[in-house]
Amino acid sequence: MAKETRRAQTATAKPGAVFPLRDRKWHPKAYDPGYRSSILRSPKKKLVMIPQTASELAGPVFGHDLIGNKDNDLITNFARSGKSAIGERIIVHGRVLDEQGRGVPDCLVEIWQANAGGRYRHVNESYIAPLDPDFGGCGRTLTASDGSYRFATIRPGPYPWPNGPNDWRPAHIHFSLFGQAFTQRLITQMYFEGDPLIPRCPIVRTIKDPKAIQQLVAKLDMDGTKPMDSLAYRFDIVLRGARSTLFENRLEGN
Amino acid sequence: MARKKESPSQTAGPYVHIGLTPNFTGIRGVYASDLGKETGAAGSDAITLTGTVYDGAGEAVRDCLIEFSQSDGKGSTKLSKVGRKTGKFTGFARVPVNLKTGEFRLKTVKPGMVAGPGGSLQAPHVTAWIVARGVNIGLHTRIYFADEADANAADPVLSLVPKSRRKTLIAEKVAKNRYRIDIRLQGEDETVFFDA
Ligand SMILES: [Fe+2]
Repeated sequence: MAKETRRAQTATAKPGAVFPLRDRKWHPKAYDPGYRSSILRSPKKKLVMIPQTASELAGPVFGHDLIGNKDNDLITNFARSGKSAIGERIIVHGRVLDEQGRGVPDCLVEIWQANAGGRYRHVNESYIAPLDPDFGGCGRTLTASDGSYRFATIRPGPYPWPNGPNDWRPAHIHFSLFGQAFTQRLITQMYFEGDPLIPRCPIVRTIKDPKAIQQLVAKLDMDGTKPMDSLAYRFDIVLRGARSTLFENRLEGN
Repeated sequence: MARKKESPSQTAGPYVHIGLTPNFTGIRGVYASDLGKETGAAGSDAITLTGTVYDGAGEAVRDCLIEFSQSDGKGSTKLSKVGRKTGKFTGFARVPVNLKTGEFRLKTVKPGMVAGPGGSLQAPHVTAWIVARGVNIGLHTRIYFADEADANAADPVLSLVPKSRRKTLIAEKVAKNRYRIDIRLQGEDETVFFDA
């Protein structure tokens, strides 16, 4: 295969032929009045179903040279020399899988989060909790050949937000993932096992199936801890599709 | 083996920039530069595509971020890797809208014609994926070009869109190498969004 062949070049398929269709009942609906911001930002007309052409099956390929040494270490990647972020030190790790349970390699995983006090480092943020001078809040990595990834960070704090009269976000980490095709693109959030704010959160509740919500709850993983250093949470993410199918199409296309 | 379910989507929220374009929101020194500032377009064939994303009340969506992906000028989707080196054409761009005006600006090249179903060719188009606070799952759309009327008329994907709504997908030519399209998340003239 030529050197940049990690894309489907000529495969053109009917809706759902290469990647099974998205289960739109498993995902949140665009319109969910419990989450106020969705009211005016949700399309009212039906999505138009289109075939999976090269435009949908291609996608950016990320080079390993993109990723710096500290990119997946949020405890130090913004910190002043010799300092580290304030908060409970944790490892967040797991695998990015396809729908057949196989690891997705070279998947760009980007995360962002509030600091230990629930404060984001963003120009539009005004929450009373202070910034941590040693915490930026972003990290990224590429998955290994078995789909595994790992971040070192601090546990983010919950924070209040303007929605209902007294809504609080559970502690969460935002996740952005690229698979190997545009149709696999996904942004989601990771929650922490045992957090009583999870079932109260209007954003969590845009997901209607309790099993789907459970899929976003990371589990405490004592085996993954670093003794005398960091607790660990395990979080697997499933992207659309099955790599073997796509791979065959790629071979045909090249 | 039973198929696993895709992880459910959650909104990117208003602070998506922290994770996807940290330099844009003032987080400096973590990544040398923000990923995908442009598709790698250079030279005299560069075009700019601008526009604004509006909500159902006609307000600009100022916290939104758009990812674009497209073929090169010859219609190939087999492009350079996105890495530290810039200047090569990757076909991928990530564009946060202006936090004050809500306007986006993409510098790219005009895409070529990509293969469509049954040996057809698709009209030049850019694929766009939109996330923002209040958007529970990323919105997938396409941007076509008004000065490609013949190709647009024969396009196999546009033909799946009701005639009266096709115009929501077509960027107007406003000057040489400059195009404009507004995206409406809701309401009359709501942009067509796809499922594939
Ligand atoms: Fe958040």
